[in-house]
Amino acid sequence: MYQFQYHRPKNLAEALDLLAQDGDAKLLAGGQTLLPTLRQRLAAPSALVDLAGISELTGISTKGELLSIGAMTRYIEIIESPLVQATLPSLARAVALVGDPLVRNRGTIGGSLANNDPTADLTAAALAMHATFVTDRRSISADEFFVDLFETALEQGEILVRIEFPLPDRAAYVKFRNPASRYALVGVFVAEVHGDIRVAVTGAKAKVFREHAFEAALQTEFSAKAVKGLDVGTTGLIDDLHASAEYRANLISVLTRRAISAAMIGSHRGA
Amino acid sequence: MKRYGIGQSVPRFEDSRLLRGRGRFQDDRNLPGQSYGVVLRSPHAHARIVSIDTAAARAAPGVLAVYTGEDYAADGLGMPKATLPRKRPDGSPMFAPQRPALVVDRVRYVGDPVAFVVADSLAEAKDAAELIAIDYEPRSAVTDTAAAASSGAAPVWDECPDNISNIVEKGNKSATEAAFARAVRTIKRRYVITRVHAQYMETRGALGVYDEGDERYTLYTDCQYPHRVRNMLCSTVFRIPESKMRVVSGDIGGAFGSKGWQYVEHRLVLWAARKLQRPVKWTCERSEAVLADEHGRDSVGEIELGLDGDNKFVGLRLHLIGNIGAYVGSDRNLLVPSMMIGTAVGVYDIPSAYALVTGVLSNTSPTAPYRGAGRPEAIYLIERLIDDTARELNVDPLELRRRNMIPANAMPYQNALGCYYDCGDFLANMDMALAAADYAGFPARREQSRARGMLRGISVANAIEQAASPAQSEFAEIRFDTSGSVQLLMGTKNQGQGHETTFKQILHERLGLDPGDVHFTDGDTDQVAFGMGTNGSRSTVVGGSAIYLAAEKIIEKGRRIAGHMLESAATDIEFAHGRFLVAGTDRAVSLKQVAAAAFVPARLPLGFDGGLYESATYAPSKDTYPNGCHVCEVEVDPETGDVAVVNYVIVDDVGTVINPLTLKGQIVGGIAQGLGQILMERVVYDDTGQLVTASFMDYAMPRADVFSHITVKSNPVPTKLNPLGAKGAGEAGCVGSLPSIMNAVMNALEPVGVRQLDMPATSDRVWKAIRSVAKENGK
Ligand SMILES: Cc1cc2nc3c(=O)[nH]c(=O)nc-3n(C[C@H](O)[C@H](O)[C@H](O)COP(=O)(O)OP(=O)(O)OC[C@H]3O[C@@H](n4cnc5c(N)ncnc54)[C@H](O)[C@@H]3O)c2cc1C
Repeated sequence: MYQFQYHRPKNLAEALDLLAQDGDAKLLAGGQTLLPTLRQRLAAPSALVDLAGISELTGISTKGELLSIGAMTRYIEIIESPLVQATLPSLARAVALVGDPLVRNRGTIGGSLANNDPTADLTAAALAMHATFVTDRRSISADEFFVDLFETALEQGEILVRIEFPLPDRAAYVKFRNPASRYALVGVFVAEVHGDIRVAVTGAKAKVFREHAFEAALQTEFSAKAVKGLDVGTTGLIDDLHASAEYRANLISVLTRRAISAAMIGSHRGA
Repeated sequence: MKRYGIGQSVPRFEDSRLLRGRGRFQDDRNLPGQSYGVVLRSPHAHARIVSIDTAAARAAPGVLAVYTGEDYAADGLGMPKATLPRKRPDGSPMFAPQRPALVVDRVRYVGDPVAFVVADSLAEAKDAAELIAIDYEPRSAVTDTAAAASSGAAPVWDECPDNISNIVEKGNKSATEAAFARAVRTIKRRYVITRVHAQYMETRGALGVYDEGDERYTLYTDCQYPHRVRNMLCSTVFRIPESKMRVVSGDIGGAFGSKGWQYVEHRLVLWAARKLQRPVKWTCERSEAVLADEHGRDSVGEIELGLDGDNKFVGLRLHLIGNIGAYVGSDRNLLVPSMMIGTAVGVYDIPSAYALVTGVLSNTSPTAPYRGAGRPEAIYLIERLIDDTARELNVDPLELRRRNMIPANAMPYQNALGCYYDCGDFLANMDMALAAADYAGFPARREQSRARGMLRGISVANAIEQAASPAQSEFAEIRFDTSGSVQLLMGTKNQGQGHETTFKQILHERLGLDPGDVHFTDGDTDQVAFGMGTNGSRSTVVGGSAIYLAAEKIIEKGRRIAGHMLESAATDIEFAHGRFLVAGTDRAVSLKQVAAAAFVPARLPLGFDGGLYESATYAPSKDTYPNGCHVCEVEVDPETGDVAVVNYVIVDDVGTVINPLTLKGQIVGGIAQGLGQILMERVVYDDTGQLVTASFMDYAMPRADVFSHITVKSNPVPTKLNPLGAKGAGEAGCVGSLPSIMNAVMNALEPVGVRQLDMPATSDRVWKAIRSVAKENGK
């Protein structure tokens, strides 16, 4: 690690102030991505602004057909939340597949989404369910939020406050783990929200994306059969040590079919 | 008495201490005034160093010194040299480039140490290391084993244009040629054995101290053989008597063969400590380990079996290319895989065999022994070939094995590659394993899997390995004190195997000592007179036998003291259950009482040499041959290529079982490492020679959830070669697990037509194999 300043603001305004004053400061959430990066000397922020003391960033609540989760909500809180289990069990299940217990005890939903790792799990959940990202200054739709590899629509000095999930009629996530990191080698989140079917894929490209061809087919018939035989192609797919682009293309098809079946078994609201 | 004796499942005495965080591992050791060292390593696979500028680093805050290869050479420090008599193909002496502690003008692999920075704090040392400016001129590199041996490959050393360091031959070439000429059928295959890293929980470390008053060095380090580390450092590096150095190893969080003796950091911390007059500590970080450590395995084997008309094996030929890496820093780098390839005929009666092992240099970290060190390679090759032979000839693989197995009544058996199997009952192992695995019920299980869309496979692999080499003796000392309690000092070095427990059990069996009265010591050259350390499944066999012999001496001396105490002739004294008894009477004294008397001249015969401390240095006369049978069952998801091990059975013969519980730990751990290698683990260098699996983000380690239940059964046939009857157990699980898991995968893939696949059987490789066959068949 290089040397850095450490700040622990008590509210959002204070945090925004600190960021405005120091362009090289970085937000610290659960630290599960940021701290390993610092330890490996891959980043050298001038300061860390720890979000742990800011109550505006916490809390899980429902507002009509929306489930709202504060950015600083830890994975374990989502998994154990009776409200999430009742309204959006597919999300609780997806979160339970992130990392290991240590990571889930500290990592946050906001940190994960703001980080936009191409192999993260919750990016797929947010994109498939068409979540809204509420920041200190505006709302951003999931289709706009994930810009590129580790890049989001968040501006310099902007803080993600909460994420709002519309409650799906049915949804499921199927993850095939990278044998080393156990992030998603490929993960597919299928959701039907108010009749709108979305298939979000993570792990396969530089950023999470929607498989539009599958969505169109499913719109006609929501069944595994409907997407069988549809070729996703290998354009833009990651080809690396762990899996070839062809293999990832295959996983996208297989996992989509399995996610559809899982979503169909689970009743409305989500499986 | 029985509670702690040989054969009892005694829970490990050391666990309470270790589990409560009271262990003392390498990084737990800190000394007043210590400084911190950081090794700057090569980012290139192969490059000429044009210049090194350390001025900025030396001027950085807290920096005590920045050393380069020139400084090391200028101080006249030496380096170890390989001593095994080896030749190149043309008969000239082998090419075995020594390794300096820091390179001077050429880096030869990613991770090659270039500079050593010492500072008041670790952070300052790291900051300074980044300020060292090195101008590299990259050169072409070769890392792939087969490519390094092929003509036109970039030479790693200019002095050795073909990259061939040496060759080793075993067996009888002309007899084997003749056997193949007579053979009715021959089957030939090529198998790749990947490169892996030991990935111990505790990464390496070294803490060097120099005492100017005594003119004496102390090295604290986690190594497998402190005495040999001392010997190497004193004789080849510092050129001082061994009395001028102490090497201490505390608890060790795993070693698996890879914590060897030639590591340059040992030299660097001692050298720097002397120059700076301060202790110097180096701790390998996790992200540094794959760069800094020796690797395991990495070979390509072409193996061929000849059979007669009755499917009896008549001959075996093997050409194995082993990847040595960039240096031959010591004999360690010559051991794999050639030393242990003699079991490549397995447990089968193959009258003639010939093996040629070509050791090639490459721009990679040197390879060295890693759990099995050539033995898993040998069994992998033969057991895979037998399954492939059975498939090609369309015969039952079990029947083919039975037909060719060495029967128990053929023991002892001299194999065609020079190994002398003294005892074992291979057929019984296999029958036991088949029963325990319900082999007969497999077709029904396969059918059930098929109904779920899954492919199921089963395999049987028979393992045998050469263990506990007679080339190395081992030391044990039993020291009584005046209270009658005991210090047991061993030349072996525990790395997590549970030595404290097994050795106390052996001592208990012989002397009836309460383990609570025994203090176990290993890993300190000032306390333990001698030792060769722990490697090659030898500690219980050789070290345990040394305890046995030292205990005999205690009994002999004790008998004379007891005779004096009981006013009887020593010849009338019997020793049993910790008591000396006058034969045929109830007059007795305990060993504790005898020990107390041993220190009081008035209680001893006149002129008697008092005290009670005895040692033994034992060397076995021959290698032992632990063996066993592994049955593995897997399920493969044809849609994703995912492999799941669903059942695993092993029947082992490690000779006398000292402790079934710790034995099971050794076996299961060995299987885990084999599973890791077959299903996921892999050190990968890319085309430019960059190491791409340096972290756990890319280096896949098996976790508990990828294992099935593992049934461990024993079929011990004790050897007569040592007083314990033990054969060695440390590597047994690993040796057979590589072929058993891979063969089970191949068996599962048989119905879809896959015939060729190398480890690791990762999901994408399995899927690709399935798909290419389907494509060929036009599906
Ligand atoms: C061993 C291990 C295994 C893992 N496995 C998985 C896995 O299987 N699947 C998976 O998806 N992830 C995995 N992760 C990553 C984990 O999910 C991280 O927790 C997550 O990526 C980041 O969340 P965090 O709260 O720790 O954020 P931090 O590391 O603290 O921050 C991450 C980034 O987000 C920024 N940030 C944080 N909060 C905000 C905010 N409110 N507004 C704006 N920017 C913000 C930070 O500045 C930083 O750049 C793993 C991590 C580890 C260490």
